[in-house]
Amino acid sequence: MAEIKKMATRDGYGQGLIELGKTRDDIIVMDADLAAATKTGAFKKEFPENFYNCGIAEQNMMSIAAGVAATGKVVFASSFAMFAAGRAFEQVRNSIGYPHLPVNIGATHAGISVGEDGATHQCCEDIALMRTIPGMTIINPADAVEAKAATIAAAEIDGPVYLRFGRLAVPVINYDNYKFELGKGINLVDGTDVTIVATGLMVERALQAADILKEEGISARVINIHTIKPLDEEIILDAAKKTGAIVVAEEHSVIGGLGSAVCELLADKMPTPVKKVGVEDEFGTSGPALDLLEMFGLGSKDIVKKAKEVIAMK
Amino acid sequence: MDVQTKKQLKIAACKARMGVIEGTFNAKAGHPGGSLSICDVLAYLYFNEMNIDPANPTKADRDRFVLSKGHAAPALYPILSLRGFFDWSEIARLRKPHAMLQGHPSLKSTPGVDMSTGSLGQGVSTAVGMALSSKHFGDNYRVYTILGDGEIEEGQVWEAAMFAANKKLDNLVAYIDFNNLQIDGTVEEVNSPAPVDKKFEAFGWNVITIDAHDFDQIEAAYKAARECKGKPTAIIATSVKGKGVSFMENQVGWHGVAPNAEQAEQAMTELKAQLADLEA
Repeated sequence: MAEIKKMATRDGYGQGLIELGKTRDDIIVMDADLAAATKTGAFKKEFPENFYNCGIAEQNMMSIAAGVAATGKVVFASSFAMFAAGRAFEQVRNSIGYPHLPVNIGATHAGISVGEDGATHQCCEDIALMRTIPGMTIINPADAVEAKAATIAAAEIDGPVYLRFGRLAVPVINYDNYKFELGKGINLVDGTDVTIVATGLMVERALQAADILKEEGISARVINIHTIKPLDEEIILDAAKKTGAIVVAEEHSVIGGLGSAVCELLADKMPTPVKKVGVEDEFGTSGPALDLLEMFGLGSKDIVKKAKEVIAMK
Repeated sequence: MDVQTKKQLKIAACKARMGVIEGTFNAKAGHPGGSLSICDVLAYLYFNEMNIDPANPTKADRDRFVLSKGHAAPALYPILSLRGFFDWSEIARLRKPHAMLQGHPSLKSTPGVDMSTGSLGQGVSTAVGMALSSKHFGDNYRVYTILGDGEIEEGQVWEAAMFAANKKLDNLVAYIDFNNLQIDGTVEEVNSPAPVDKKFEAFGWNVITIDAHDFDQIEAAYKAARECKGKPTAIIATSVKGKGVSFMENQVGWHGVAPNAEQAEQAMTELKAQLADLEA
């Protein structure tokens, strides 16, 4: 068996930016003194003229990006998720969201897998924050291939986009001929007893969970939701109808993220038992990323456990 | 400035002040004081300074304007209407649900508005972004913004100031409306940003201090800004909050309160008399 390739989604972001730089000259990429970490530095290396460092001033950067977008140019603004969505929330809402300007926010180091930096930098609230802004598109890629494709696609979206990337190298599950379709969930595994709706690095863990469940005689469907907003309602309603039980798995707080979005949809249109795998209502801690994912209940075994619980609720 | 131009600008500013009263009175809400203090500079920018085309409000090479002190929208709207962006009848619908003229400027709602503003400190950064885009892509348009004196208590203003100087955005002019009053009191009482001129100088800006209600000084300042290379320009303008309406002038209470029928009538009587004098 071939060795599994691992790569962080932020690296896919950097690759996507470089592809955009090759094909268009109306692009500006901005960062707030984190270019090496967010991987906008990769773009800067290739296209230094089109890169601007805003310094450690994320709020100013978001509003500047809004100004650039208002002049009809393509703009990406990057920082860690904590500062892009958290610190600059109101700039994103008022300077970008309200005028519906096509600013692409490249937010890296999302979730608990930031690791050793600890709770101040482990943003598990960003999806919740961004979801409340009318007209915001939210994309949370599962691997570097999807991240690259989503970055390229984001440049064409007529409105604000929040791209969520991770620091940790994660297994690449998509093929090179992968096609990104905005707002379309991807059915990765067919199943009849339960559906695991996963996003980001939890997709690969959902696939592992489905394998474990299969060995135990449980047939689990797996769906990758890369676009959290607008949500692919059709595929989730189909899964609810056909399997009658849903587990949502995300590296985000159980409050306000994809799990909440799925529950909102199902409560309204097709009441169905749902269990959430996510970070409970607590702050993170310093530690190795892979250990933290297990400690905070984001392992494949946690998905398996919740799957059995939700099946029992049917 | 020649006599005829100055007369026309004074007439436009006076009509804008009448629009401020008409708008806020009908809305029963709004910010008349800080709107009245910027009518002169708005008249100058829209009738004498900026390259704009009301028939094509989004033309690519137009100069941009951002009202960073977005609560002064009641002054911007009459000026836009006088300049031909939309009919004056919209003024009476200020702040009504889904009206063209929202409580604070809205890019998506109003022809001629280049950026949605209202949350203080953000508008100036968006203006910086436009100026950066103009320079970067060689589009050569200029960008104008107006800030309030209370607004510059926002830290983001100084983030924007630092960036604009660092990137040598000499196509950007920030006008600071220094009427010395904010909601809770005088600027000194609340949290003084003074010395504002020295702060902008220290941030690397070309600084010009003027009387906000003197068109010769306004013109000289914007001409000097055009000639300054390598630095953005800050025009610090000492103004009178409530300018033009006797009982509103320099009164902190007129920040965010609309005139009632009697007050509106008195204000309109005063402004009509000023207009008659100007047109005589």
